[in-house]
Amino acid sequence: MRSGSHLERVLRSGKFAVTAELNPPDSADPEAVYERAQTIAASCDAMNATDASGAHVHMSSVGVCALLSRAGFEAVMQVSCRDRNRIAIQGDLLGASAMGVRNVLCLTGDGVQAGDQPEAKPVFDLDSMTLLRTACILRDKSMFLSGRKLDAPPKLFLGAAANPFVPPLDFRPYRLQKKVEAGADFIQTQYCYDVPRFRKYMEKVRELGIHEKVFILVGVGPVKTAKSAEWMRTNVPGVWIPDDVIERLKKGGKGEGKRLCVDIIQQVREIKGVAGVHIMAYKQEELVPEIVAEAGLHVTLPSNMP
Amino acid sequence: MFRFLQNSPHLLELFYSATGKALIPFRRVLKKGGTAERVFVDIEKWTKGAMFDCRMCGQCVLHSTGMTCPMTCPKEMRNGPCGGVRADGRCEVLPDKPCVWTQAWIRSREMPNYGNDILHVLAPVNRRLKDTSAWINHLHPENLNPPAGWQQ
Repeated sequence: MRSGSHLERVLRSGKFAVTAELNPPDSADPEAVYERAQTIAASCDAMNATDASGAHVHMSSVGVCALLSRAGFEAVMQVSCRDRNRIAIQGDLLGASAMGVRNVLCLTGDGVQAGDQPEAKPVFDLDSMTLLRTACILRDKSMFLSGRKLDAPPKLFLGAAANPFVPPLDFRPYRLQKKVEAGADFIQTQYCYDVPRFRKYMEKVRELGIHEKVFILVGVGPVKTAKSAEWMRTNVPGVWIPDDVIERLKKGGKGEGKRLCVDIIQQVREIKGVAGVHIMAYKQEELVPEIVAEAGLHVTLPSNMP
Repeated sequence: MFRFLQNSPHLLELFYSATGKALIPFRRVLKKGGTAERVFVDIEKWTKGAMFDCRMCGQCVLHSTGMTCPMTCPKEMRNGPCGGVRADGRCEVLPDKPCVWTQAWIRSREMPNYGNDILHVLAPVNRRLKDTSAWINHLHPENLNPPAGWQQ
């Protein structure tokens, strides 16, 4: 145990883990965070707070995670390289750990053009890989990137993202290997709607032996309708949805998105090397408890959760 | 002409190692901050600019990135593609351009000498080296050392 993280404990004990995405509110009211947390908290082992995802500003992930941790919830703080340079990020990692945050997901981040303030300056001083290694240096060597010593290192369980579904497909497993080399303890993937493609990816991952060095959580989520699936496929960067899935949603009608999500969870669960799922139910958070129950998943709640 | 060379990564990697070796005897003359550097900066801007759309980061890693300049990526990714690459291999930010990394990966597979360098993690960019001569920096590797915390 490197971090005292509840998520790490669940994963190391060999249980199938469930994480869920919490979308930070457009609000300065802490109650808005707790309301959202209550919807999903009892159905997951940890909650991810996004960091201005899609380049849209919301309450900061550091703020959300500090609130959640203080109240006894288990949070995964997403950190993106789009908005802050290495000086700001290292400070935030120390601050977050001091506030009780024990899990960090290191991301590069969407480009600023994806959001509603495309005139902003994109920073990208670090990338996801160098951010990951930087966090690792803070934790394991107890020093800043510059070599300056820390009095107390942050306690963090370090995560990274992977997208097995977009080109260059045959490079993706090697990129995962690089992330493990850079210090990733766990991985959360982009939405999986193409199980055969994911299976193929995992074959290569197992061949390289990566699944033994890192916990892989597969990203899943319910889509509302076939139309919204088509919209996501063309407009959300990095989301791959094959035609047969869209056909199924067209035919299935109401509730098919949720059934599809449950099916995918059950299918990926059988794949060797998969350690859990990460449920991203954007603006449908109320579905998370149903999905978890219908997929037959069991979660372990943190001992001090309210 | 340029397109032909861009798609001949093996030729480029041979040229890369040849220039590296050819410059070594001039190590003493080619120093940072002198007239030589100003001349080199201009030469590099012209040649690498035309060839790779070079952004003059001053710390060339082309042999680690399939002879494709990673600084032309809108996110300046030096360690592989982001997760936003479109299904047809185009860039998330600049949809009319191919993703730098889809090209880098394909080209790296045709580079017997340095092709597998793409699998190693590169250190963060040293922003102070911008607009300096990468060739002169390579002759004096102490300029290219990663931050102390990264090395130890």
